[in-house]
Amino acid sequence: MTVLADRPAAAVPRVGRGQALLRARELGICLAIILVFGLTTLKNSGFAGVLSVEQLLTGSALIALLAVGETMVIVTRNVDLSVGSVLGLSAYLVGDFFKHNPHAPILLGFVIGIGIGALVGAVNGVVTTFFRVPSLVVTLAALYIVRGILAVIVNGRRIESDSIPDAFQKIGYENVPGIDRLPWLAVLVIVVVAIAAYTMKSFRWARDIYAIGSNPEAAALAGLPVARRVFTAFVISGALAGLGGALFLAEFATVDNTGGTGYELLVVSAVVVGGVAIFGGSGTAFGAALGAVLLNMINQALGALGVSSFWTNAVAGGLLLLAIAFDRWVGLRVARSLRTGRGAPA
Amino acid sequence: MTAATYEGTAAAPPAWRNLLRWETGLVVVLVAVLLYGQQSSANFFTTTNIFFIGLNMGEIAIMALPLTLIVIVGEIDLSVASMLGLSSTMMGYFYAHHWPIALCMLGVLAIGLAGGALNGWLVTGLGLPSIAVTIGTLALYRGLAEIFLKDQSVSWASVKLTHIGTKPVSGTELSWATLIFLVLALVYGVVLHATAVGRSMYAIGLQSEAARFAGIRVKRIKFQLFVLSGLVCSFAGILWTLRFATSRYDAGTGLELNVVAIVLFGGVSIFGGKGSIFGVLLAVVIFGCLQTALTLQNVDAQVQNVVTGGLLLLSVIIPSGAEAWRRLKTRLGTRT
Amino acid sequence: MTTAPDPIDSAEPTSAAPLLELVQAAKSFGAVKALEDGSVTLYAGEAHALLGENGAGKSTLVKILAGVHQPDAGQLLLDGQPVTFSGPSASRAAGISIIYQEPTLFPDLTVAENIFVGRQPLKGGRRVNPDEMNRRAREVFARLGVFIEPSRPARGLSVADQQIVEIAKAIAFDARVIVMDEPTAALTLVEVDRLFEVARTLCAEGAAVLFISHRLEEVFALCQRATIMRDGRFVRTALVADLTIDNIIRSMVGRDLASLFPKTETEPGETLLDVEHLTREGVFYDVSFSVRRGEIVALAGLVGAGRTEVASAIFGIDRRDAGTVRVNGVELPNGSPRAAMAAGVALVPEDRRQQGLVMDMAIDHNIALASLASLQEYGLIRRVREQVLAADWATRLQLKYGRVRNTVSTLSGGNQQKVVLAKWLARRPQILIIDEPTRGIDVGTKAEVHRLLDELVGQGMGILMISSELPEVLGMADRVLVIREGRLVAEIARADADEDSIMRAATGQLAVTPA
Repeated sequence: MTVLADRPAAAVPRVGRGQALLRARELGICLAIILVFGLTTLKNSGFAGVLSVEQLLTGSALIALLAVGETMVIVTRNVDLSVGSVLGLSAYLVGDFFKHNPHAPILLGFVIGIGIGALVGAVNGVVTTFFRVPSLVVTLAALYIVRGILAVIVNGRRIESDSIPDAFQKIGYENVPGIDRLPWLAVLVIVVVAIAAYTMKSFRWARDIYAIGSNPEAAALAGLPVARRVFTAFVISGALAGLGGALFLAEFATVDNTGGTGYELLVVSAVVVGGVAIFGGSGTAFGAALGAVLLNMINQALGALGVSSFWTNAVAGGLLLLAIAFDRWVGLRVARSLRTGRGAPA
Repeated sequence: MTAATYEGTAAAPPAWRNLLRWETGLVVVLVAVLLYGQQSSANFFTTTNIFFIGLNMGEIAIMALPLTLIVIVGEIDLSVASMLGLSSTMMGYFYAHHWPIALCMLGVLAIGLAGGALNGWLVTGLGLPSIAVTIGTLALYRGLAEIFLKDQSVSWASVKLTHIGTKPVSGTELSWATLIFLVLALVYGVVLHATAVGRSMYAIGLQSEAARFAGIRVKRIKFQLFVLSGLVCSFAGILWTLRFATSRYDAGTGLELNVVAIVLFGGVSIFGGKGSIFGVLLAVVIFGCLQTALTLQNVDAQVQNVVTGGLLLLSVIIPSGAEAWRRLKTRLGTRT
Repeated sequence: MTTAPDPIDSAEPTSAAPLLELVQAAKSFGAVKALEDGSVTLYAGEAHALLGENGAGKSTLVKILAGVHQPDAGQLLLDGQPVTFSGPSASRAAGISIIYQEPTLFPDLTVAENIFVGRQPLKGGRRVNPDEMNRRAREVFARLGVFIEPSRPARGLSVADQQIVEIAKAIAFDARVIVMDEPTAALTLVEVDRLFEVARTLCAEGAAVLFISHRLEEVFALCQRATIMRDGRFVRTALVADLTIDNIIRSMVGRDLASLFPKTETEPGETLLDVEHLTREGVFYDVSFSVRRGEIVALAGLVGAGRTEVASAIFGIDRRDAGTVRVNGVELPNGSPRAAMAAGVALVPEDRRQQGLVMDMAIDHNIALASLASLQEYGLIRRVREQVLAADWATRLQLKYGRVRNTVSTLSGGNQQKVVLAKWLARRPQILIIDEPTRGIDVGTKAEVHRLLDELVGQGMGILMISSELPEVLGMADRVLVIREGRLVAEIARADADEDSIMRAATGQLAVTPA
């Protein structure tokens, strides 16, 4: 039994067409985004006018941000379902902080948000790696525990926009001066995505993360610090969800205990649609972010087509299933072509 | 299951001894919870309260049974609560379109079958991990419910059958849901613990390849379990609708936490191959009593989720605790 | 370069201190004693063979050197200093490189990343330098005389290429000790020659090579000294020049060959199993043979030649793309183990821990697992019948166990294999397919298993045996079928079969007329 056996043992050093398909995932999503745009415009010629780039960017920014952290976790063959709750907790606590410290520097708000998220991520990571229990269960529990703790803290109150500093709120709605239709929020997220994409390509510890997800046993044999890397992935996912909380507050300016409810589904869906393998080991932050944009685009298109606004969950779930089914189908085809491609031995 | 697989561990003591200990533990916890319940309110041990415990737990408990089998074969179904919601929604949708009640129910059960079959096909036919699949259908089924009923609700108040959801079985203090659960638990217990197919499930969960090499039809059994889960969850959706006499798309949102927590707290191993219906039965009673006691103390539902989530965490941490502790000690040992 | 001692001078060169010494290492997994006395001494500059049958404890010894397992007892000395490895990275840091028997690659990473994982060359800002990495990977491949594109992903590499990447991993860094755990099992002769050249160069540069292989001629070609192990214990270390194939095997087996392979001559009866033109695309092609009542047919060939896959396709675990399988003249449906079982076929698979047994299930449950249907009454399993069945077969096969309710993971390898056999014999099959019947079990039990197989054919069963142990093939088989690269290339009668004729057919050195 070779290690590669479940991705069948194989033959010619030749790259199948399917593999090329998988690599071109980012391109495919861009095409899908354009396709959705084109089809919708055909049906409703006003769509191009109605669709606001700002809306598309702000609408997908938070999901894209969370998707970056989720990508790191899923690449290690784990999953983080607590991101929505962490976002909610961070949003409220940052708001509460500004309420009591109206003149605090806005940067401090971000630091607090990131810190809270990183803390929850650290707990997820420790429980998962120390006890070696499935992250699914750990983060499912965390999803509800964090939300419950938030409910206790909030205790029925809400933070109103007048207690949030203006400068902080501007990040959520103001465009970058001089550039039309480019909100600060989107710029921030794009920067994070770019940093993450570069990091995951270029640093040793990040390459370890791919190795771990690709073949955990081999990673242990190669002496890679498996537990530490998985832990790091959870901390980053938490930290980005915490940052997302701060941005959520900036964007919506009012917050109660329901912020980010159900985001975990959209995030996981965006990640998987963006080409991150659910079995771990491959995928990019850039693809995940594009996945978030595609999800948002489809929902906007459905809105423009006069379909109700109640489709978000169904689209997320349906696309997630389609994406994993498609990846599997391509994978099977690659495996098949590798098996038979060897041809009859001479 | 997810998660990196790690080096195999040394031989464990026989499974039954573990189980026995876990279930003994559950009995102790149950006694503690009952004492707490008695403390929390003088009304705790009244027949009405016992009736309400059964009523509140009914759907969750019923959904926990097929999930127990699914976890034993090493898979998971996170879409249970969404299926309940979709069923409740579709029942209302059909009713609003003037279908006869019997047909509404049949239609809903058919949807449950189809939903379960979709899960099962994606997992066994395409070979996808059940975690990803059922996270997807968790969103999809809830999303479909949302599309059909939007933010409206359908009232069943005028339908007599809702008595099933609110009144005890005549001559007893048991709710219909409790009675159904007890009967089902008996059936599941016999199937799991005393038949060839039950034994096969344990074999699949412990070592699915070895099961396949022994001629067990692994994929077929898994597929059937997902279908069963869909069917039972849609049935739970019917009970839910009758109990609240209303159909809304968000019925039972988040209940998957409770169902998963009960199954794992009942001693079913998340890694598959271990667990008993008796343990799950005990877990149902414990959760029911605890929830009622907390409610009697006016603890908010979301805060109760903290307790549920905590118990869920404990149920996976405790079995691996000893092993983790041993690892920690050897690591500290080799460092010095 | 230091003055490496010339280890050919004597069996125990005393001129220099040993580079690495493992002294009486022991390791148990539960009740299974994998290693009781693992001892080996390596000097700089030598190629040292580690010999023993499957299950002699070689792989456990390797994993102790690799830092994967921590020994329960014994000592590891490096340059005369005792060391303990807390994990694989510690072993790696100490200059020990391991080439594992089964490639441990990361399919999603590139070939170069696989070679340098965790130790990638860096550039400014501690970033990975992919150009430098690919360049160095090319260098390594140049040394090996093979070219694999460093920037392609590892997924889809052939088994031989995977093994070469595995070798590249080990020699890409200046390792002082290189352990090769059956590196040649999947390689062609040309590739083996290249590997040996590289190994000799490494030795000349002062490294020590610990070489494990089942092909004794390779040991004679490469190594100067050899350590022989049996049943988890050190037997002896000797100069290879002083050894012959015969006395190596005797040391490995530890007893008279005749008693290990009790073979009664039988007259084969009618055809039980008839395989025609069996094909699975990319795995094996046009395989035709039959097994008759009362005979043992061996399926020999190199690892990866497709033997196990043929067995899986006959039993229905894998689907066949073409061809037929008939049992007693009736064709078996494709891809159905149940149908094969109903027709009287049993398969004892190669991988006992994954495929043969449910390790965490009780002994009696494992024995009963393939016979559940016959133990039922009104749809319920009768526990009493189950226990009687289990106890009956445990007695017949002289199974040594504590309680029948204990999990099989508490048994020794040999007794685990007896449980697998009991599971299948309880169904009273007509045809027994048995893949590596004695892998990983002690010599005493080996003889018992062989005696059992001999008895079974005496009772009229037909046995198809897959084995990588040539002595076993030669000792037990009535006919030997040889598979090379997925094709049946030779059928050799018992009288004509010897080590040489089988290996020649298996490696394709000699054109043998197909059966």
